[in-house]
Amino acid sequence: MCLAVPARIIELDGARATVEVPGNRFSADVSLVPAVKLGDYVLVHAGFAIERYRPEDAEEILRLHEDMENAG
Amino acid sequence: MPVSGDARPANVERLLEDIRTQFRKLRRETVRLMEVCGTHTMSIARAGLKSLLPEGLKLVSGPGCPVCVTPTGTIDAACELARRDDVVITTFGDMMRVPGSRTTLEGVKAAGADVRVVYSPLKSMEIAAATPGRTVVFLGVGFETTAPAIARLIQAAAQAGTANMAVLPANKLIPPALRVIASDPELRVDGFLLPGHVSVIIGAEPYRFLADEFRRPSVITGFEPEDVLEATAMILEQMLLGNAEVQNQYKRVVHPEGNPEARRRLDEVFRTADASWRGFGVIPGSGLVVRDAFARWDAVRRFDIRIAPEEPETGCLCGDVLKGKVNPRDCPLFGTRCTPASAVGPCMVSSEGACAASFRFEQ
Amino acid sequence: MMNPNDPSERITMSHGGGGKLAHELIVRELLPVLADEELAELGDSAVVDGAERLAFTTDSFVVKPIFFPGGDIGRLAVCGTVNDLAVAGAQPLYLSLAMILEEGLPIEDLRRIVRSAKAAAREAGVRIVCGDTKVVDHGSADGMYLTTSGIGRLPVAKRLSPRNIRPGDAVLVSGTLGDHSIAVLSAREGIEFRTDVTSDVQPLNDLAQKLLSTAEVRCMRDPTRGGLAGILNELAESAGVAIELDEKSIPVTEAVRAACDVLGLDPIFAANEGKLVAIVSPQTAESALQALRSHPRGKNGAIIGRVEKDRPGRVTIRTAPGGRRIVDMPVGEQLPRIC
Repeated sequence: MCLAVPARIIELDGARATVEVPGNRFSADVSLVPAVKLGDYVLVHAGFAIERYRPEDAEEILRLHEDMENAG
Repeated sequence: MPVSGDARPANVERLLEDIRTQFRKLRRETVRLMEVCGTHTMSIARAGLKSLLPEGLKLVSGPGCPVCVTPTGTIDAACELARRDDVVITTFGDMMRVPGSRTTLEGVKAAGADVRVVYSPLKSMEIAAATPGRTVVFLGVGFETTAPAIARLIQAAAQAGTANMAVLPANKLIPPALRVIASDPELRVDGFLLPGHVSVIIGAEPYRFLADEFRRPSVITGFEPEDVLEATAMILEQMLLGNAEVQNQYKRVVHPEGNPEARRRLDEVFRTADASWRGFGVIPGSGLVVRDAFARWDAVRRFDIRIAPEEPETGCLCGDVLKGKVNPRDCPLFGTRCTPASAVGPCMVSSEGACAASFRFEQ
Repeated sequence: MMNPNDPSERITMSHGGGGKLAHELIVRELLPVLADEELAELGDSAVVDGAERLAFTTDSFVVKPIFFPGGDIGRLAVCGTVNDLAVAGAQPLYLSLAMILEEGLPIEDLRRIVRSAKAAAREAGVRIVCGDTKVVDHGSADGMYLTTSGIGRLPVAKRLSPRNIRPGDAVLVSGTLGDHSIAVLSAREGIEFRTDVTSDVQPLNDLAQKLLSTAEVRCMRDPTRGGLAGILNELAESAGVAIELDEKSIPVTEAVRAACDVLGLDPIFAANEGKLVAIVSPQTAESALQALRSHPRGKNGAIIGRVEKDRPGRVTIRTAPGGRRIVDMPVGEQLPRIC
């Protein structure tokens, strides 16, 4: 019971954010992770960001996405 | 490699080799590891991981599917509310086909009730604004991963002064269920794969009793196939060393202290209470109820709901399946009276339930 | 009197009454756009030239919402029926178009849909030769429901059928899976999100004919509701064979996969409206693949599996990590989940 995916914050307005996964943009509430900034990667579950990725872990996601694009 | 994953570049073959080596060294005929998260059940089944593990190394599903363990009484209450003209039910898609004692939310929707699937609980606020003459009731299921979001929904309603929205609280907590599993003398589970996203919220501390009181190794686990394999290898390593600790395999997003802000909100809105789990009966301190300060948004008080006590189904072995005591295929109803298309017990209902996963994915 | 310049003009119950207003609707809105000689006769039946062997199919379309990224119900209704004829090996000739309109539907929406249907028909090379309109109460029909029936000419002597399928045959798909599902879902209330994904709705008759003339095709299907998994389970059952798929070979765009991950959906159960699945002989599998890939409507074609003989009726998949699992028949519509 825990479908959650990493996504990047591309718009931020108080508690409301727009997050991006490849090719898609969803709304997400960020009140559970108050320290987030634009550009941060967060873990999104049921329309809520439940944790923020640290920059070093976020880099790994970026690299993996690039690998997928190059392979595909 | 799955695109979604922030999967480690760890190599599946290398991990399998480690697992095979460790298992051999253990010199045990059977090792049983339990995962307690429906998403793990699904992830393992979808990747066909069981077919890759050495014979004798078993992955067993515990009561980690909140859809599966939602009591019939809760579904009945939701269906009852749905039938009212002045109510709109909002729910996660997972709950639509879960059987109550007579029907499902999908069934009452077919009969004319206003039941809407939402992806985010917050959508309930939008719907409430658009249906001023009716009350939107959100069916709040899920474990600690989801409960903070539902707490936030209630807080948002309180802040906005939204009168026509309420939550039917059915959230459950994982550690108390783990305690029931671990203290069962009949149970043979050598180690636990702990739910990664629940752990994002609660951190590692709540699982410490598994090591301290019950001497079982456990590992907080991510959801990609590589994560599950790595965690399995870590448990086997602990067993080889005679250790019993709580380790974290999912370090990229789980911090040892969890998410304090999420827990703060949870605590503000909910308090723990005894709760009934389908197949388990009542587990002390395992459920969440709405605090008095937010009573206005508690559907139980708003509509004076009384949830009927659980009636076990005849012949259904879901309780034992959920405790990891029997395999889905050992149940006499499996594949005959009980199939995904006509489920008897909760384990077959949810697509991530142990029985459904076994039926759909395994031979 | 209807005012064609009034932007707020809507369908009313009177448009379905068979009287003056209904006639006006047909003459003003439908005939000029659908532009067909036989249709313009407005006879009770269309009279067309036939063929010795006919393929005949029908389908109803109830998609909600009626406009979605990449298409609309009009395009869907034409392509859906054209494709049913195409995968039977037929050359589509004539379509009927029956419309059930919801009271209150803006006439401008009707115009857009009809134009889109005609454009799809032109693309496919078919004629819409007869039709019907009815109006139902506000609250029914989600805007509109469409039913198209189609007739096609069958030039092939041998009939395409699951009975032709044999162990060793190759399973091919003509392109990426899940695009239509995700596009429609993104426009649906309750789950709104913005997506780069657009519906793949397109006519496949030309692609199917190319495949038939290049390879030894046993059978073809279009994986609409129930997706790839539904279709293959049906075929495996009918043919009494097993099918094993290779997960890594199944084409899915990054955007579709990401959206599925968020919503808890599986691309192999998702509906497609511009793809075909073909079972071909192993000797002609490579040329079949080339035929698909060299056609603009099949450029992401792939060989995704093989027919086996053990355990008839069973569909399995070799997963990315190298495991194996069963691909079951989907139960009902896939709903977004959080578990």
